[in-house]
Amino acid sequence: MIGNLFTEAVLVGILASGIRLATPYLYAAIGETFSQRSGVLNLGVEGQMLIGAFAAFFVSFTTGSLWLGLLAAIISGLLMGLAMAFVSINLQAEQGISGIGFYLFGLGLSDLLFQKMLGTVETVSGFRPIYIPYLSDIPIIGDIFFNQNILVYGAYLLVVAAWFVLNKTTIGLKIKAVGESPEAADSLGVSVARVRYFTVILGGGLSGLAGASLSIALLNVFQQNMTSGLGFIAVALVYFGGWRPFAVMGGALLFSMVNSLQLWVQVLNIPIPSDFAVMMPYVLTIIALVITVQRVRPPSALTKPFERGH
Amino acid sequence: MTETQLLPSGKPIISQLEMLNITKRFPGVIANYKVNFDVRSGEVHALLGENGAGKSTLMKILYGLYQPEEGQIKLDGKEVSIHSPVDSIDLGIGMIHQHFMLVESLTVAENVALGLPSSRGFLTDLDKVSERILELAEIYGLQVDPEAYIWQLAVGQQQRVEIIKALYRGAALLILDEPTAVLTPQEVDEFFITMRQMIDDGHALIFISHKLHEVIEISHRVSVLRDGQMIGTIPTKGATKSKLAEMMVGREVGIKKDRFETDTSEKRLVLENVSALSNRGTPALTNVTLDVRSGEILGIAGVSGNGQRELAEVITGLRPVTGGKIILEGEDVTGLTPKQLMNRSLSYIPEERMKDGMIKEFTVAENLILREHDLEPFSKNGLLNLKTISAHSEKLITSYNVKTPSQETMAKNLSGGNIQKLVLAREISRKPHTLIAAQPTRGLDIGATEYVHLRLLEQREEGTATLLISEDLDEILALSDRIAVLFEGEVMGVLHQSEATPEKLGLLMAGVVE
Repeated sequence: MIGNLFTEAVLVGILASGIRLATPYLYAAIGETFSQRSGVLNLGVEGQMLIGAFAAFFVSFTTGSLWLGLLAAIISGLLMGLAMAFVSINLQAEQGISGIGFYLFGLGLSDLLFQKMLGTVETVSGFRPIYIPYLSDIPIIGDIFFNQNILVYGAYLLVVAAWFVLNKTTIGLKIKAVGESPEAADSLGVSVARVRYFTVILGGGLSGLAGASLSIALLNVFQQNMTSGLGFIAVALVYFGGWRPFAVMGGALLFSMVNSLQLWVQVLNIPIPSDFAVMMPYVLTIIALVITVQRVRPPSALTKPFERGH
Repeated sequence: MTETQLLPSGKPIISQLEMLNITKRFPGVIANYKVNFDVRSGEVHALLGENGAGKSTLMKILYGLYQPEEGQIKLDGKEVSIHSPVDSIDLGIGMIHQHFMLVESLTVAENVALGLPSSRGFLTDLDKVSERILELAEIYGLQVDPEAYIWQLAVGQQQRVEIIKALYRGAALLILDEPTAVLTPQEVDEFFITMRQMIDDGHALIFISHKLHEVIEISHRVSVLRDGQMIGTIPTKGATKSKLAEMMVGREVGIKKDRFETDTSEKRLVLENVSALSNRGTPALTNVTLDVRSGEILGIAGVSGNGQRELAEVITGLRPVTGGKIILEGEDVTGLTPKQLMNRSLSYIPEERMKDGMIKEFTVAENLILREHDLEPFSKNGLLNLKTISAHSEKLITSYNVKTPSQETMAKNLSGGNIQKLVLAREISRKPHTLIAAQPTRGLDIGATEYVHLRLLEQREEGTATLLISEDLDEILALSDRIAVLFEGEVMGVLHQSEATPEKLGLLMAGVVE
């Protein structure tokens, strides 16, 4: 019954899993924020996540080390980012189309590797919640926030770090300048290509991490196309958040809280057709995007390749 | 041993910079051929030339944006190599670009600090940068708020930021690429005061401008480039406008066309209290009331971004009005589509000829029938009549003197002047009753500008009502019968040609009503 939703245990459960479910969105969307702030639209996030998810799962499964799995996910993501950077910066390819190309590449390759190297759906024992003295013991608060695995904490720390880098450091200043006016940055001796390589590769690495957070922390399995559009939602969250890390986090939380709610609605057998429940987060995303996107202005040079003298 | 003379910024002066035998080729063009150029501490050396004469190329070589094939650059007698802006900045060379190299969404201090090492390692030190900016601002009289965002600043203030940016980096030599193009006459005067201050302190300045009277006023020497070659360097003292123009173009220019009396009895285009919004949703035009008569050119003067673009777009149906009425030949046409207005004999020469005036990837012939491609004789029952189109474009290419390899050439491969001739051909050959000409000569060289001016005066004599929007005051004064001044989207006043002077217009352009 609908009343079941409003018990303390259920509410805590909804909030705690909402916090947890935001993890992959945060890694991917913060990575994408860096890349877009410097003027590169990376639509290949989903593909990078799938490769990362597979690499993390496969290495963890075969070696038994989650940390090696995590490392594998980051490295594979960095490599995908490197490829995307080369295509969009050196070859000056149309970013929307090449991004979709990378998505399809990641989708196909992760599936192929899965079939050749694993064959069936296996499971690993993923990262476990970490007990933090005192904090985890606080009633309710501790259950919601401080009973999570390391990748969840990492994701929220990343948001703070991203804000700090963008607003307080020289590299942050360069990233913003290159995304707004690459000509101006170039005229002051800032290498547009180097800055964009940095952000796109960083974005790739973080997407790989996002994938790992699914396959070895949240779900602990690998399946074909297990991201099912999550990477694209992450791109939408960057727009939703107006290219600002904390606002992006707000979007990610909103989305994952609704998602968490609909999962619990299904678990508790509340008589709402499950199709509608599953639809909720997506409908909400569309509505939120329509409302917010009009008032923020994207980086001026977003999707525009830079060539000196043009 | 002589002590090196220092600038107020604490950096050494550059007593002489020489560019010797510079040659630079681009595919199919020689942009610079064995060019010699030099500039000394304490002087303004003006660099003149038509579009494509090689001025920008030469300066981009000096600033490290291009590499020359041959030649050398000597600084105080020693050869230097400049491979990128980093090298030139290190040598004390700064450049104020024609299109400001500023990041609009960042603050003044952030723009100045960009690309420089910070005293706090990887953390920014904007507070220290701000302090230093204020010091420099004090020394050079360039008042600016370090905390302000660039987008909040007026054009003249943005230019100060550009100068401070160069001085902050210790520039002893400054390349000023058409710095006055965006300023009102009063701002130009202030800018010249800053320039004089800088040369008194020992800076070396290279001044690029199209405006000959400014070159004569401020420079000590003038060099003229034509077709990539140095025509000569002469002392400014004794140089005249016509002498300089002749050096630039290679023939005598400025043949005055007589202005005939025309019949201006009909109020052909009337705007009554027209208001409109900008793309950002802020008011761009407020209660604009104007009339343009048959056989006259009404000039619209104003500093860039004071509603000129919106005015042209409102009249041509490209932008909705939020209030007021537009009356064309006695009929209320407010809210009509561009097509409907076109059918009422309105022609439009848009400000951005490459973007709004042409389709770059279309051929010359296709571009010439953009407006009337769906009308007879160019098409019938939805099929293009290629023969007629070809004959039509042949005719226009000849009569408008368009230099193109063929009518099948893509518009993007034509020079700016020839593209504008194409637009003129398309818009004027249909004998419009009303013509909106927005910045018709912006970026064109003297020869092409002269051509456009003659064609506009010809239209005037044929009885066309012309609205001429231009940021070039000389052009406005030379062509207009009456002049309206726009400031922040409002008409500050309408002056008759006989009573208009650059000073009066300049005050109105700055929003000062006497």
